[in-house]
This record gives sequence, structure tokens and C-alpha cells, in this order.
Amino acid sequence: MENTVRILIAKPGLDGHDRGAKYIARALRDAGYEVIYSGIRQTPEAIVEMAIQEDVQFVGLSLLSGAHMALFPRVVDLLREHDAGDIVVFGGGIIPGPDVYELQEAGVRAVFPPGTPIKKVIDFIEATRQELPAL
Amino acid sequence: MSLSNERSRWEREVVQPVVRRHPERRDGRLETASGVPLERVYLPPEGADGAAYRESLGFPGEYPFTRGVQPTMYRGRYWTMRQYAGFGTARETNERFRYLLDEGQTGLSVAFDLPTQIGYDSDHGLALGEVGKVGVAIDSLADMEVLFDRIPLDRVSTSMTINAPAAVLLAMYTVVAEKQGVSRDSLRGTIQNDILKEYIARGTYIFPPEPSMRLVTNTFRFCAEELPRWNSISISGYHIREAGATAVQELAFTLADAIAYVEAALSAGLDIDAFAGRLSFFFSAGSDLLEEVAKFRAARRMWARIMKERFGSDSPRSQALRFHAQTSGAALTAQQPDNNVVRVTLHALAAVLGGAQSLHTNSRDEALSLPTEESVRIALRTQQIIALESGVANTVDPLAGSWAVEALTDELESRAREYLERIDREGGMVAAIGRGTPQRDIEDAAYRYQREIEDHDRLVVGVNCHEGIGDSCIDVMGFRQDVHDAQVSRVEGVREERDGAAAASTLAALRDAARDPDADLMEPIVEAVRAYATLGEICGALRDEFGEYRQHTVV
Repeated sequence: MENTVRILIAKPGLDGHDRGAKYIARALRDAGYEVIYSGIRQTPEAIVEMAIQEDVQFVGLSLLSGAHMALFPRVVDLLREHDAGDIVVFGGGIIPGPDVYELQEAGVRAVFPPGTPIKKVIDFIEATRQELPAL
Repeated sequence: MSLSNERSRWEREVVQPVVRRHPERRDGRLETASGVPLERVYLPPEGADGAAYRESLGFPGEYPFTRGVQPTMYRGRYWTMRQYAGFGTARETNERFRYLLDEGQTGLSVAFDLPTQIGYDSDHGLALGEVGKVGVAIDSLADMEVLFDRIPLDRVSTSMTINAPAAVLLAMYTVVAEKQGVSRDSLRGTIQNDILKEYIARGTYIFPPEPSMRLVTNTFRFCAEELPRWNSISISGYHIREAGATAVQELAFTLADAIAYVEAALSAGLDIDAFAGRLSFFFSAGSDLLEEVAKFRAARRMWARIMKERFGSDSPRSQALRFHAQTSGAALTAQQPDNNVVRVTLHALAAVLGGAQSLHTNSRDEALSLPTEESVRIALRTQQIIALESGVANTVDPLAGSWAVEALTDELESRAREYLERIDREGGMVAAIGRGTPQRDIEDAAYRYQREIEDHDRLVVGVNCHEGIGDSCIDVMGFRQDVHDAQVSRVEGVREERDGAAAASTLAALRDAARDPDADLMEPIVEAVRAYATLGEICGALRDEFGEYRQHTVV
């Protein structure tokens, strides 16, 4: 598997619960991807800027405070505004079921609930990268 | 003196004065289900080494407090069942509080939303999406007045989970009390006020460590002088543990934080026994029942020894480690959420067997959303069943003398001591946090734990074994989106209606005080609050003077 995929794991909003985000970042790096972790308390604008600057193909958003409906779609929209709509956005955290559907409608490609095995995230990345322009 | 003579002395000198003031419970049966009477406390058999017993365990309510901080513990009064709550606007949370008080609850525990916890008003750009989400939004004294409307502050105790802006919320609370005609010395409650664990694990810091520690010692002094019944801090291992620390790390880092606060207060010129009796603690209660019980017992013994040996305090009030416990959120699963009721029962039982002074039990739907009312009720009922039906509250420290529990208590203390020694070598906890060593320890432990689950080296029912045919479904509460607009127009209204010049001059006075490292900050904060300066303005003035902390993150 060629692993030149670059991924930004980011924490939008004011939420400090970063155990999951740090785990995902480290586990994806161990799986061979290039991973950047944003740190906590980032604005959607800062995340989009980081994603473009770091030339990533994926942005994984983690949020446990309930602000996901305001912040996840905003990241998707800002990426589109910056002609970076091909960057794949996925997410995780405390996301109630009905919100998952709405987030997907808004362009978040996948939402992983707590307890998701890392293999599922890797499978998602591997399946989705096929659609991307050749790396 | 033989153990039986010691027991007579303890009964006479320690128990009787307490029982005269606070008789033991008459509502519960202080006997087993089949009618065997239960002694207040069980001791090693006659002929056991009395000196060794007193050294490591002692009697309940006596140094080194391993067996509990009060002589009769739950035979006198059950722990306080204190459920953490708060959502939306101050008006809504006030209604919930008054409902809880009408139902007989005597303690409140306020959850604030993230903008409040980080010192932003609701109309700040960074508050987008977060207003009223994980707690109630408080922008100014006007919100605090509504939050405690028709709640007599001399008759409730109020715990506030607030850290970086703790001084501001405490000031608001005292001004609300003033307006109710309640004197400062009758106020009871706790501010979390534990900034060090925010840098380590929880993330709601604002200022760099040095001015933050100054705010902490200023509140210690204010509480010592003005609020004698108020817990000036709740030194928290909970969030450290939730971030992935082991039980040993939770124990060690919490006590290391506590040592740092005591040292800061002593350097600021406070007398140890003027403030140490109002330090309180907050731990997590996880699933590994025996280790958790050992942890709570080790924590008490370690703190008593630290206070005596390191800080030279002979005051039992200063030596006794009083703690709140919350059941572990990270141990709960999104899969098969009803199973979490069983997990919470184990956690709560550990806290009670470990001698907690107050307890919050989590709801089964923690991993899915904010809890529904039904889930909260089950969580509270779990505590009530343990109190009224399990019988474990009818004798003090019932697991004492179990070879396994005593060995684990010793082992946790000894392992935690190794961390404390390392932290001392690093120059104390503030320096260690600056270097990022505790943070790295916690991240490594969290990563190891999760890998073990992935590799099936650690089994979690419903997650990596016994998955069954599908998740059971429970109703979840959605997050609400409508609070933001209401709160924004409210804070705008406050800014329009107040005497703007008065508010500005109090903020200028606060800036002046902030620039003088020896000046007290509490009184200028109280004056700014009284003039309806907003939380965002007060924290903004301090941000200008102190700067902001930036986390350096390496994964």
C-alpha cells in the first residue's frame, strides 16, 4: 500500500476532550499515513487554512461538546469556498444519531462513533482515496 | 496500648463528641440483612501488631485517615448525592435547580458552557455553536442573579465547575448573596479552581501558569478571610484519568498539583492551616473495583503524610483529604448503552467503598449525547440503591484488612510516590507541565489502553467481545440550537442598560491591579462584577495584561 496520504486531525470549537483525536492521529500515523494534529480550540477558518497549507487529502474533525452542527458543515463550506472541496471531511465524537444523517447531507463523508475500531477508519480512507486525483 | 484499649480511647475521644452532635442514622438498619449487628468499625484480631496498624491505617477520622475522614462515615450521614447539571440559559437551569431542591436535594452542582469556562461572552466569535451546550451560559451578574433566583444561598451548598475564570464566578456568587441579604460567612460550596489540570488534561485554560497561580492564591486568601465555609479549590484527578491516565498517574499527578498549590499559597504568605482545611479533591471512579478502592484509601494516607511531613501541619482538618467522586465517563460505551447502568453501579460502589464525601453518577447515554431525564433518574437511583439496600454504608471502610486491598493500597502509594519524586526532581509540577512530561505520560497510557482494546488484550463487553446482534436502542436527547440568539441579545442588553462609565472604571482598576504582581485581584474583580462588567470584559482585561496560554501539542 502506498501511503502518501496526508491527513489533518483537527479539534474545532472550544472543547478540550482530545483523547480520541490524539489516539486517531497516532494510530493513523502508525498505520503509515502522514498525520498532522491541530491541537485544541481551533476555528473552522484556521483548520481550513491548515488543511490547504499542509496539502492534506483528508480532514478528520473531533468534537464532544455538541457544537458539531455549527462547526463541521462550516469546515466543509469553507473548503469549497477555497477551491479545496476535494478534501474529504470526516468526523467523530459525541454525535447523536439524527445529527449523523444531517452532517452527511452537509458533506461530511463519514461519522465514527465512540468505540470505532481504527480498522474501520483505515478502510474508509483506503476506499475513499480511490476517488481522489492520483497522489 | 493494645488495640482494644485504643478502640476505647477512639470511641471516647473521637466518636462520642461527634455522635453527640450528629447521631448515627436511625432510618437505615446498622445490621446485616439477616439481622447480624454491624460494628462501627472492624479491627485486626486481638494480638495483631497495634503499632503497625496505627501507622498505616489508624482509626476513621484520625491520622493518617486511610479508613476515612470522619469517625462514623456513612453511619452518620450518607455521602452527598450531587448530580452535575446545567444547560441552555440561566432561566432554564434555575428551573431545574428549584425542581431538584423541591425534591429534597440540598447541594447544587453547576455546569457552565465552554464560552463561560474560557472567559468569552456569548456573542464572541469563538462561542459559535457552543453557547448553552455543555452547561449554562453566564455572561454577567445579570445571568447569575437569574440562575439563583428564589434559591436561598444560605441554605444550599453550590459546587461550580469553573477554573480559569473561577475568581470571577465566585465574585458573582458573593454579590448575588449580598443582594439576597446573605452574609459571606454563611456561604457553602466549592469552586473547582484547579488550573494545573487544565493545562494537563482538560483544556479550558486562559492565562499562562504564573498569573493563573496568582489568581488561585488570591482566591485562597479571599476564601480564608471572607468565606470560611467555602472550598477554595477542588483538586481534580478526574479529568487526568479521563484523558487516559492510569489510576497510579491520577493519584500522583493530583497530589503533585495539590503540592504545587500549597507551595504557591505559602510563597504568597498564607499560613498553612488558614487555607489547607478548605482544599478539596475530586477523583474518578472506574471499573477496576479493588484498585479504585485502594486508590482512594492511598490518596487519603498520602495526603495526610504530605501535610504532616512535608508541610508540618498538625491540624487534622488540613491533613484530611475530602473528595468528590464521579463515575468514569471514558469507561462507558456507545455500544449497548444499557450495559452502562451496570458499569456505573460498579464505579459508584468503588467510590462508596473508598469513602467519598460526595458522588455524581453518570448516565448510561454519556457516550451518545447529553443525558435524558430518564437516564439521569436511573443514575441517581443507582446511588440510592447502594445507600439504602446494599448494606455497604453500615460499617466504616468495610474492605479494610482484606489482604488484596491492603496490598494494593500500599502498592499504589509506593508507585505514586515514585512519580512524586520524579516531579520533585523536575522542579515541581508547574515546571513538569511546562516540559510536558505528565501530558506525555497520559497520552502514552491512553494510547496503550486503546491499542489493547484493538488487539483484544483488554476486553470491553459490547465493544470487542459479546457484541451480540446489534446495539440496543435508547432515546437520546438532541443538542439544542436556539439558546445562542437569546443569550446574545441578553448580553447586549446588559451592556446598554448598565452605567457604562462605572463599568469602564472598574475594568481600568482591575488592569492596574493586574500590572502589580503583589496586588490583590479579588476585590477589583468583585467591583467589576458589581458594575455589570461582563465575564468576557473582565477576562479580556486580564488577557491583555497577562497574555494567553498556548498549548504546544506534539502527538
